[in-house]
Amino acid sequence: MPNLKDLKNRIASVQSTRKITSAMKMVAASKLRRAQEQAQASGPYAERMGRMLASLAANVQGSGNGPKLMTGTGADKVHLLVIVSSDRGLCGAFNGSIVREAKRQIIRLQSEGKTVKLLTVGRKARDQLRREYASLIVQSYEDVGRRRLSFADADMVTQKVLAMFDGVEFDVCSIIFNKFKSAISQIVTVQQLIPFAVSDTGAAAPVDEVKAVYEFEPDEEQILAELLPRNLSVQVYRALLESAASEQGARMTAMDNATRNAGDMINKLTITYNRTRQAYITKELIEIISGAEAL
Amino acid sequence: MADKVEFELVSPEKLLKSLPVDMVVVPGTEGDFGVLAGHAPMIATVRPGVIDVYEGDRVVDRVFVAGGFAEVTETRCTVLAEEAEALSGIDRAAVEKAIKDLSEDLDDAASDSDKAAVEAKLGVARAKLEALGASAAAH
Repeated sequence: MPNLKDLKNRIASVQSTRKITSAMKMVAASKLRRAQEQAQASGPYAERMGRMLASLAANVQGSGNGPKLMTGTGADKVHLLVIVSSDRGLCGAFNGSIVREAKRQIIRLQSEGKTVKLLTVGRKARDQLRREYASLIVQSYEDVGRRRLSFADADMVTQKVLAMFDGVEFDVCSIIFNKFKSAISQIVTVQQLIPFAVSDTGAAAPVDEVKAVYEFEPDEEQILAELLPRNLSVQVYRALLESAASEQGARMTAMDNATRNAGDMINKLTITYNRTRQAYITKELIEIISGAEAL
Repeated sequence: MADKVEFELVSPEKLLKSLPVDMVVVPGTEGDFGVLAGHAPMIATVRPGVIDVYEGDRVVDRVFVAGGFAEVTETRCTVLAEEAEALSGIDRAAVEKAIKDLSEDLDDAASDSDKAAVEAKLGVARAKLEALGASAAAH
């Protein structure tokens, strides 16, 4: 028979766990709202950048000598994967699914005989990938946008990627991140960054209409050469924002479940506690009565 | 001149301004250009400098941008700025200090890429100071 004192302690500890998880849930909810607002605010820039890029690309593509960021290095040998995860845990399958997808990609690329390099953002991806693929990780970032994600954070990652690209350290670059769908569902997305695919901007439709109408100052190639690295930053920034929102969403859901489970556990323990107490009383009564009868 | 241009100023973090104006003067890499309604469609790069927003023939707003891109159509002028700040909100002393700090950084910069990055920042800070000087003279 369980000890009454032990049960009481147990209930108290689960109760305090529930308090913590429900507080974390509320914190995540408010952070999620902020992250969503930020993601929304970055929309107009990305959208206009996409539009500009589409009309520029339409002009340059015909000539066949676009900048390297768009046409690629011509090879397909070395792949760089940028993996975006969180710094903290307690957010359900958020990091697990990112790492799983990353591993799947690594195995796929390696089986095709390609070299893989990794660049991780967030402590969790680094910790989990280090066990198997320590030698592939070229750089890892931690505490990116800890307080508030800014464009400068994304730019820092982008500069590293660009520096590597200029040094011809890879041919193809993709980013793996959680795309925010709703607080309960995040979609692991793999997006190719270099060479840049124009159709990805979602602005492919109006291309025909604006094609060749614009004047360029200076010429297309030069603008494109400046615009593409910029666009890369924007894509990374968007991915980081999506990931930040997803993280908070995942944490909120995970903490909601944890709070509910703690509640269930408290109910069960309370019932056990009451039953045990009753049993003790009955037992004592029987002892007294049988003692009295014996006299 | 009844027609207006829809002027939009966007930074990566948010949409900063979106309003109809009579004219905007944008500091392009190859020289400043004014945009009125009915301007020929154009895409241009923007150097660090000041965007002047005109209402009638008065300047109603001056914004410093640290470079970016401008897209002009007949009815719209969109500026994608890397960084934007209202000119009135810039503290002269802070800019001067930034220039001093950056000049020191430039001497310390080890690699060429570091040097280029610092030089770019320095260019922006100098343009800022220049813009401040110009606005002080105008008043």
